Amino acid sequence: MPHVISDTALIFRRHLRQTLRSKPALVFGLVQPLLFLVLFGPLLTGIPLGGEGDSWQTIVPGILIQLGIFSASFAGIGIIFEKRTGVIERMRVTPVSRLALLMGRVLKDIVQLLLQSVVVVLVAVAMGLRAPVPGILIGFAFVAALTVSLASLSYALAMRVESPQGFAPVINSVTMPAMLLSGILLPMSLGPRWLDIASHFVPFRYLVDGVRAAFAGDYGDGKVGLACLVATGLAVVAVTLGARIFRQAGA
Amino acid sequence: MPAITTSGLARTFRTKRGPVEAVRGIDLTVEAGEILGFLGPNGAGKTTTLRMLTTLLPPSGGTATVAGHDLAADPAGVRRRIGYVAQSGGVDPTVSVREELVTQGRLYRLGRDEAVARADELAHDLDLTDLLDRPCGALSGGQRRRLDIALGLVHRPGILFLDEPTTGLDPGGRADLWDLIRRLRAEHAMTVFLTTHYLDEADALADRLVIVDQGRVAAEGTAERLKTEYGGSPDATLQDTFIALTGRRTAPRDSAPLAV
Repeated sequence: MPHVISDTALIFRRHLRQTLRSKPALVFGLVQPLLFLVLFGPLLTGIPLGGEGDSWQTIVPGILIQLGIFSASFAGIGIIFEKRTGVIERMRVTPVSRLALLMGRVLKDIVQLLLQSVVVVLVAVAMGLRAPVPGILIGFAFVAALTVSLASLSYALAMRVESPQGFAPVINSVTMPAMLLSGILLPMSLGPRWLDIASHFVPFRYLVDGVRAAFAGDYGDGKVGLACLVATGLAVVAVTLGARIFRQAGA
Repeated sequence: MPAITTSGLARTFRTKRGPVEAVRGIDLTVEAGEILGFLGPNGAGKTTTLRMLTTLLPPSGGTATVAGHDLAADPAGVRRRIGYVAQSGGVDPTVSVREELVTQGRLYRLGRDEAVARADELAHDLDLTDLLDRPCGALSGGQRRRLDIALGLVHRPGILFLDEPTTGLDPGGRADLWDLIRRLRAEHAMTVFLTTHYLDEADALADRLVIVDQGRVAAEGTAERLKTEYGGSPDATLQDTFIALTGRRTAPRDSAPLAV
């Protein structure tokens, strides 16, 4: 058991160093959310959006979840390159724990996403967001949980796929509809009933609702609790699946 | 105790076109301290066998014992005792040579100070000391190969698996690598299992050869014995011997191997 922890720390530090060495990549992931924040957000300030918060409290949670979904689902690309250079294979021959190979990377993704989330929130505050600090921290926690789930699945898929060309279309075809159906830009309650019902099947919708409730300071109305449940369930399934595929990967 | 024994080792891949039997039952024994050359035409199952023995691929059938550990029951035990140098070794081009060596040491559960010391020691043994602080991507082909081998030796394994180690090296680089392999065996009693396409390499380095074809052992023995038996005389070239062994069947193979 202790080996998993020190192995995870080792893999985590290696990938963190790699990420910090490549600052453009860090900044690049922020471009889309910041664009939405700065160029789209102000359009909504006068419009009644339903829900309990003001327009910033409604849109920023969506942007954070969007950041989480995008960044985490593409995390697997890094592994495809490492498969090509033979790094993965070299590591798999060592006694290093298979779970650590996955979790060290996921931890790095969490750190990266949290750093990016802090930047998004700071810019949002400058644009006019006012939200309670505990609510913002809860938002970060959900982004972290989302990252654990999606990054694990992304790495698992990447281990089975041969080339980046096969990878990106699969990810896009799943994340685009999922994002649109989770009410990221605007609450789903604004639309017709059938759309709202469809969105209840998308787990991310509950996360967006939970973060919106947290940003409005409403911790007890059940939305945050439900989001916790969904986030935990998602994480457990994703990590179990991801770890198993890492163990079996032998193509 | 032999370093490696296998019995009926087999691997079938399930592909879209149906099952592919890459390895159909390999029996071999490698004695401790031996340099074994593993040869065969393309598609013979060399790399698949190598990947099974190094725990990268689970066998579909058969058993194997590597470094005293059962391959199926205790792959972690096998990993602790073997080193593996792949055909295209895996390093991150942006990372420094020292960092790769130290990380590799930590992956093998060496302590931090021990890993750092071992990195310096290996750099010295493999003539990489001047390169320790350069990024791995800046190394030449021969330097990269030496680094790949250093990475495989970090934990002082008893058995080293080499997959086509000199492919792509110039003649000087090849000769240096051959000397290194001989030194490893002489100084550390290391068992070396190497696959190669270069028959001169097999002839020069290996104590014994195992020739595989279509997933089975076609012949094994010392180079002399194989040349005599299949090439016609002890002075036959290994190339003629090899072709005689693997090239003479035009009809699809039946199940019996050619030799013991």
